[in-house]
Amino acid sequence: MAELLRFRDDEPVDHPAVTVDAFGGQANAAAVRVEPGDDARALIPHLAHIRLVEVNFPAFTDGRGYSAARILREAGYTGELRAVGDVLVDQLAFMRRCGFDAFEPDQPFDDGEVRAAMSRFPHAYQPAAAGAQPIWVLRHPPANG
Amino acid sequence: MYAYDQYDQAMVDARVAEFRDQVARRLDGRLSEDQFKPLRLMNGLYLQLHAYMLRVAIPYGTLNARQMRALADIAEQYDRGYGHFTTRQNIQYNWIKLADAPDILADLARVEMHAIQTSGNCIRNISADHLAGAAADEVCDPRPYAELLRQWSSFHPEFSALPRKFKIAVIASEADRAAMRLHDIGIRMVEREGTLGAQFYVGGGMGRTPMIAPLIRDFVPVDQFITYAEACLRVYNRHGRRDNKYKARIKILVHELGADEYRRQVEEEFAHLLTLGIEPPRAELERIKAHFGPPIHAELPPLTAQAGPSDPAAFAEWRAANVLPHKLPGHVAAVISLKPIGGIPGDATAEQMRVIADCAALYSADECRVMHTQNILLPHVREADLPALYARLADAGLATANLDQVGDIIACPGLDYCSLANARSIPVAQKISQRFAASGKGAALGELKLKISGCINACGHHHAGHIGILGVDRKGTENYQLLLGGSEAEDAALGKITGPGFDEDGIVDAVETVADLYLARREAGERFLDTYRRLGMEPFKEALYG
Ligand code: HEM
Ligand code: SF4
Repeated sequence: MAELLRFRDDEPVDHPAVTVDAFGGQANAAAVRVEPGDDARALIPHLAHIRLVEVNFPAFTDGRGYSAARILREAGYTGELRAVGDVLVDQLAFMRRCGFDAFEPDQPFDDGEVRAAMSRFPHAYQPAAAGAQPIWVLRHPPANG
Repeated sequence: MYAYDQYDQAMVDARVAEFRDQVARRLDGRLSEDQFKPLRLMNGLYLQLHAYMLRVAIPYGTLNARQMRALADIAEQYDRGYGHFTTRQNIQYNWIKLADAPDILADLARVEMHAIQTSGNCIRNISADHLAGAAADEVCDPRPYAELLRQWSSFHPEFSALPRKFKIAVIASEADRAAMRLHDIGIRMVEREGTLGAQFYVGGGMGRTPMIAPLIRDFVPVDQFITYAEACLRVYNRHGRRDNKYKARIKILVHELGADEYRRQVEEEFAHLLTLGIEPPRAELERIKAHFGPPIHAELPPLTAQAGPSDPAAFAEWRAANVLPHKLPGHVAAVISLKPIGGIPGDATAEQMRVIADCAALYSADECRVMHTQNILLPHVREADLPALYARLADAGLATANLDQVGDIIACPGLDYCSLANARSIPVAQKISQRFAASGKGAALGELKLKISGCINACGHHHAGHIGILGVDRKGTENYQLLLGGSEAEDAALGKITGPGFDEDGIVDAVETVADLYLARREAGERFLDTYRRLGMEPFKEALYG
């Protein structure tokens, strides 16, 4: 059982996630698992009662889950967004910026490496989910501050 | 030229620290080669036949003298005293030790350079017209837009594990000097009714299935430029094929969906993304633009005090071949050929790089450009300085007069370095260059773009050569196919294979045969390509296979 790294304080959902297909038929589930080929936008009508979305990375080289994460956050999803599978510590910062706030990697992370990965880049060029201002906002702060 | 501010500098410094840590974890075994591979690729480090190869990003090909000198120092300190300028306006070092790579990145960071995203399945270094800021036919300088794209694409969180590599080129004139439509995204800045915007061509590329990009949007307003690029990329990241790496480039997606359906999906995503405020503000574009003002020249000794060239005939020949017009009166752009007779296309020694740096500082407002043809351009030369510049270049063996002629060959590293190669490219380029130098036909043939790749991946742009050569493996021996009629310019076209391939000496003869046919059959004003287009393949086939 891989360790779970979470960047949120609420209680984790305690029941297993259902597939996107199954979810369509049983609106009472609060946890869904998105595979790389799934259309994350299919979940948008139901976001209000979803508390956990697991995005599976069968191979770390398959970046579709990054778009899935951003699409859900852009649609206003505030529940847990968990990256599971072949998730490597070197992708942590990118994943946080795409909106992931929980990680369940096949190979548990080393704490020191997590701290290093999270603190390495002070700024980013792009606006992103984790709240930090992009560099162009820092360069041109809004006039009313 | 663009200069880093504290944020840009912090970014590359952090990257050096990160990569130093990753290399340490690889060297002590905490990272497996499989896990390390995508990380080193994001830093431009390939494992090749004999050693690691490091590819350094040169954003839109632009360098100042200090940066060129740093590249020379790296060649000397960590490689074998030379470097190789590539068709994507970058430089590659072929003999790098893994343990040295973090120090090299640190040396680069000191001169505002890096190797970020020069390989791997991410958005690569942005290329641009090498005459940017100098060309009379441009509607604007394309480099500020390339710089906007550079920043947007650096460490983009969503696009770090794309189906395949992704290359973007930006131009701003009708003439295409950057092979724009052979890129994953080719952008042309245009003016419509006094307003600046961008044409987006999407889905071009070379490789085993070459395609010329179709126009996906005819006008993207500059204030929505980055947002549109993001929409193009998101559709690709979500729907590009990942089941087969040979079908993973965006050209296959656009081809399979059709340009109309791809456009529809992009427009839908674009409409959504416009609501999110991801576009950098106009003030940021203005900040970047301020870095790209008109050239400012160093104080030079009075022109009359300078000695003229010792060989006026050679100077006149060089001037006729290698000097291009400039938009400012009294200025020209001068091409430093990295294609000496019988040399390795694109190679420069550390000493030559230093001469280029000195010339850039003295004669070109502290700027030089790597061209996609693997030459170096001095963009802003005062016409009156040409004799002095020429004398300096000639001393360093850098004054070959052959721009866009048959000796100005693009060639990939091929079997001499590359682990994917089927055949050698460099020796073939050398033999062709020597053959035409000996016969003296180069100047008579005029513009004749010859491009050689050592395998189907097409790093040497063979599909886009007026004459293209493709190395293949035939029953264990090196064999070369000949292609005719390609072009990477505004009249973009893909070359066609003439017929059965040739051995190494046979391909040199074959090139001479088709060149001779052109000389015999051309009409006034026709380039090789024009004659081929008029006559078609048949007469060339006849001459080759008779
Ligand atoms: C020596 C190590 C190199 C390796 C292993 C390598 C590998 C490859 C591969 C596999 C492709 C095909 C990609 C695809 O079709 O998806 C490719 C394409 C390309 N490479 Fe290289 N390459 C190398 C060196 C170079 C050099 C030195 C240059 C520049 C002179 C270069 C420029 C290109 C270009 C322009 C393309 C075509 C891009 C396209 O398909 O649109 N490569 N390379
Ligand atoms: S074309 Fe083939 S042989 Fe040449 S560099 Fe590319 S991969 Fe290597």
